[in-house]
Amino acid sequence: MQKSISYRAYFILLLLVLIVCFLVNISLGSVSIPLQETLNAVLGKSTEVDSWSYIIWNYRIPKAFTAILVGSGLALSGLLMQTLFRNPLAGPFVLGISAGASLGAALLILGSSLFTGFFAFTMVNDISLALAASVGSFLVLLAVMVVASKVKDTMALLIIGLMFGSITTAVVSVLSYFSTAEKLQQYVYWSFGSIGNLSWNQLLLLFTIIAIGILMSIFSIKSLNALLLGESYAKSLGVNMKQSRYFIIIATGLLAGGVTAFAGPIAFIGLAVPHLTRQIFNTTDHKILVPAVLIYGAILMLICDTIAQMPNSANVLPINAITSIIGAPVVIWLLIRKRKMIF
Amino acid sequence: MSEGEVAAIVGINGIGKSTLLRTLGNVQPKLSGNITLNKIPLENYSIQELASEISVVLTEPIATKNLTVLELISLGRQPYTNWIGTLTEEDREKISLAVEMLQIEELKSKKCYELSDGQLQRVMIARALAQDTQLILLDEPTTHLDLYHKVKILKLLKSIAHKTNKTILFTTHEIEIAIQLCDKMLILESRQSTFGSPCELIQKKSFENLFPSDTITFDSQTGSFRVNK
Repeated sequence: MQKSISYRAYFILLLLVLIVCFLVNISLGSVSIPLQETLNAVLGKSTEVDSWSYIIWNYRIPKAFTAILVGSGLALSGLLMQTLFRNPLAGPFVLGISAGASLGAALLILGSSLFTGFFAFTMVNDISLALAASVGSFLVLLAVMVVASKVKDTMALLIIGLMFGSITTAVVSVLSYFSTAEKLQQYVYWSFGSIGNLSWNQLLLLFTIIAIGILMSIFSIKSLNALLLGESYAKSLGVNMKQSRYFIIIATGLLAGGVTAFAGPIAFIGLAVPHLTRQIFNTTDHKILVPAVLIYGAILMLICDTIAQMPNSANVLPINAITSIIGAPVVIWLLIRKRKMIF
Repeated sequence: MSEGEVAAIVGINGIGKSTLLRTLGNVQPKLSGNITLNKIPLENYSIQELASEISVVLTEPIATKNLTVLELISLGRQPYTNWIGTLTEEDREKISLAVEMLQIEELKSKKCYELSDGQLQRVMIARALAQDTQLILLDEPTTHLDLYHKVKILKLLKSIAHKTNKTILFTTHEIEIAIQLCDKMLILESRQSTFGSPCELIQKKSFENLFPSDTITFDSQTGSFRVNK
């Protein structure tokens, strides 16, 4: 009982931190808007300068919401992967889902110059990019699922995911070798990751995908906990392994694939957040971990985005670089502190 | 086997002790033959139903040792909890009963990676006990333990079986201890396997041929093996 009260206090505190991060995030940007005015705009009151309200509602708030969805989605998919594969290094990248999305994007951007006849009609814009990336990640996921039905060993699945990733990377480098500098630059920009270009409609779509992923994860909590003992024990506890494995893989695909499709590949959130959460909450119970990684992922992503937009300057740093710069030291720090990477 | 009995499966390396146990526990599929539980074929049980009939303690290490002892034992209640795994008052009672029986009160809040092999083994048995099944299967519960802890674990298994009327079946290489402590023994041999109480088996000279007689012989007077020098 004592424990559940302290968890509740933790969660309330975390939600407060999340709200603060959200407000800080939307009050900072290339145009400086005072915090008081930001609050006014959020609450629907009129602001000192009319354009401020416009900037906040049509640019900053969608971006902040994207950051929350991206952070939560990636962090949760990382947690699912780490538990399913019993591997502390697993993350959305490992199953090849992100790689599949990259391949889709690369084929669209780089391939359009290579196969002029076939791709000439395709327009490279945000929507077609998101579509190509989703198709790419979905195809890789499908391939992994087919393999999963043949291979019983989860570790083999992990390696196969990595191999898919390698193939994708190789195809991307072949494509970039033959493509024009301009197209290459466009692809590189996509691979930097970006969370600032989503309209409210796209945001709604992303939200729906992430929500389904989260819902599926919540229904998997019991089997995830049993999986902490390994697959044989999970089975002896009455977990239908085959079904649970599909369920968890599809949830991961939706979460990681959806995010990568809309925001590009974003590194380290999926790997670092689950570890950070386990350290802070000191539990392995997924009833606590699932909501906790969602909030932590959102907070971390909001912070990274706040840094990336370099307040009061017109420059925006690639978000993917920021998440790596912040995420990698977190993992190293955890390793040094605990001397071993347990999950 | 009947209720409240402790039985050991013995035999030489590679004869299939673990395979037999894992097949009985439905951890791996059977090749041929029939397995019945309460006179009903094993395959007629769903995975969920079996989870409240058979619990297992395997040789493979658990996937993460970051669990606390209490979290690990609580997982034993999974077959009975709701869709998200909330523990009821009854679940908590069963868990504390298991903790009490294995005398691991002081380990409750420790992480599994902090435990010694013997302690972890007791915790795993407590988890199986918390699962509250009629049948408990253990695969080599005494490996990596010293003589004292081996005897301690096996005596514990015996007292659990006799007190709670559960049936316990385990594989072991500790034939001499098993002879002294078990109600029944199964000797697996490639030609013919024999099952019976240790005394019957000794009288039938079943232990004699277990190992090549030019290396090891069985002394039926003391119930122990001798190395031929």
